[in-house]
Amino acid sequence: MSLLRHMTISAVLLGLFAIVGTAMVALIHDATAERIAANHRAFLLKSLHILVPPEQHDNDLFTDVITVTNKDLLGTDKPVRVYRARRNENPVAAIINAVAPDGYSGSIELLVAIRYDGTLAGVRVVKHKETPGLGDGIDASRSDWILAFNNRSLTVPEKKGWAVKRDGGIFDQFTGATISPRAIVNAVYRSLLYFDTHKDELFEKPSMPTEVKAS
Amino acid sequence: MTDQSYPYIINQGLWNNNAALVQILGLCPLLAVSNTVINSLGLGLATTLTLVASNATVSFIRRWVRPDIRIPVFVLIIASVVTIIELAMNAWFHELYLILGIFIPLIVTNCTIIARAESFASKNAIIPSIVDGLFMGIGFMAVLVILGAMRELVGFGTLMSHADLMFGEIGKSMTIQPWEQYTGYLLAILPPGAFLGLGFIIAIKNIIDKRRSRKVQKVVVSEPEMA
Repeated sequence: MSLLRHMTISAVLLGLFAIVGTAMVALIHDATAERIAANHRAFLLKSLHILVPPEQHDNDLFTDVITVTNKDLLGTDKPVRVYRARRNENPVAAIINAVAPDGYSGSIELLVAIRYDGTLAGVRVVKHKETPGLGDGIDASRSDWILAFNNRSLTVPEKKGWAVKRDGGIFDQFTGATISPRAIVNAVYRSLLYFDTHKDELFEKPSMPTEVKAS
Repeated sequence: MTDQSYPYIINQGLWNNNAALVQILGLCPLLAVSNTVINSLGLGLATTLTLVASNATVSFIRRWVRPDIRIPVFVLIIASVVTIIELAMNAWFHELYLILGIFIPLIVTNCTIIARAESFASKNAIIPSIVDGLFMGIGFMAVLVILGAMRELVGFGTLMSHADLMFGEIGKSMTIQPWEQYTGYLLAILPPGAFLGLGFIIAIKNIIDKRRSRKVQKVVVSEPEMA
């Protein structure tokens, strides 16, 4: 068998395996995409209700949502979701799906819930890739660290205090991990700034058409 | 085709040719994730599943793969298997995926999987290949869990913390805290702690092996006298 023929057969075989492998992954992706989106949605609604309990609002959080874009304050140049909680048509709180772009291993996705009076109802980490055992204390299921944000606002503490202790602020860092807490403290502060300057606009903007797929 | 008995394959995977202790493979995930028992258990289970699936697939197609393209084909298979496992877990075991999600892509970096594909599955029938994958995986998982237990105990002063993430509500009562008010020892949790811990485990295994071989020698030496 000539070398050329040998090489051609090998290349075709390799190509076939690539096609079959990719097809398998594409097939499974197609079969699971809907379920994964539904799981994500259910999980999101659960996290939203931890921050703003169902009894504090009477609207549907999942449909009363808008997207806003502000790279400097919300951490991403992509549209960011803002869920709005209302009671008898009056604004109660906004939950901003902000991003801390400077985590130890990539972006950290947050839910920052801010009451209409500008105080924090709470913060939760939705998605992160921080080191297990070190940076993952930002996750509420791993430690209570994130609860330190409850009821804080732009003025409590003052600007200087909005940093981890190592940087002279009031928020704890973790043993062996300063970068993840620092990224979140800064991101929460920027979200508060955004809320402060865009408050009325946030609640007045009509909500997006329903049936939006959770990203 | 080599023909190997099942007890031999099982012994190879669990002890004599243990992926982590003898082949020293898969160090990246082994050292990165072994800081608690639960993390170790999660990655161990996912790795075992990947090993079984990739060994079975590689063994199934072994007749059609030419030697000169086998490595890219194995890489393709392993990457596909890991991606499929990740997607399936995300869809059907969402709670578990939320915990293990970040570890699953790490499995691709585990050389044990391609090593088993190359040295075993590509030369053996499907059933022995599945047995090999299963016990190589269990052997790897055992080392992971022991290392995780050592590091968690020294580093955090707990055992089985956050077990509820994997076992649900029952898991909350599974956490053991042997000492009150232990402040933890950071070195054990950081990467150097993983290297030190693995070193200790390998040393202990070597001592056990040496004792065993000495016993065997004694028996051999003493036999002629008895005869």
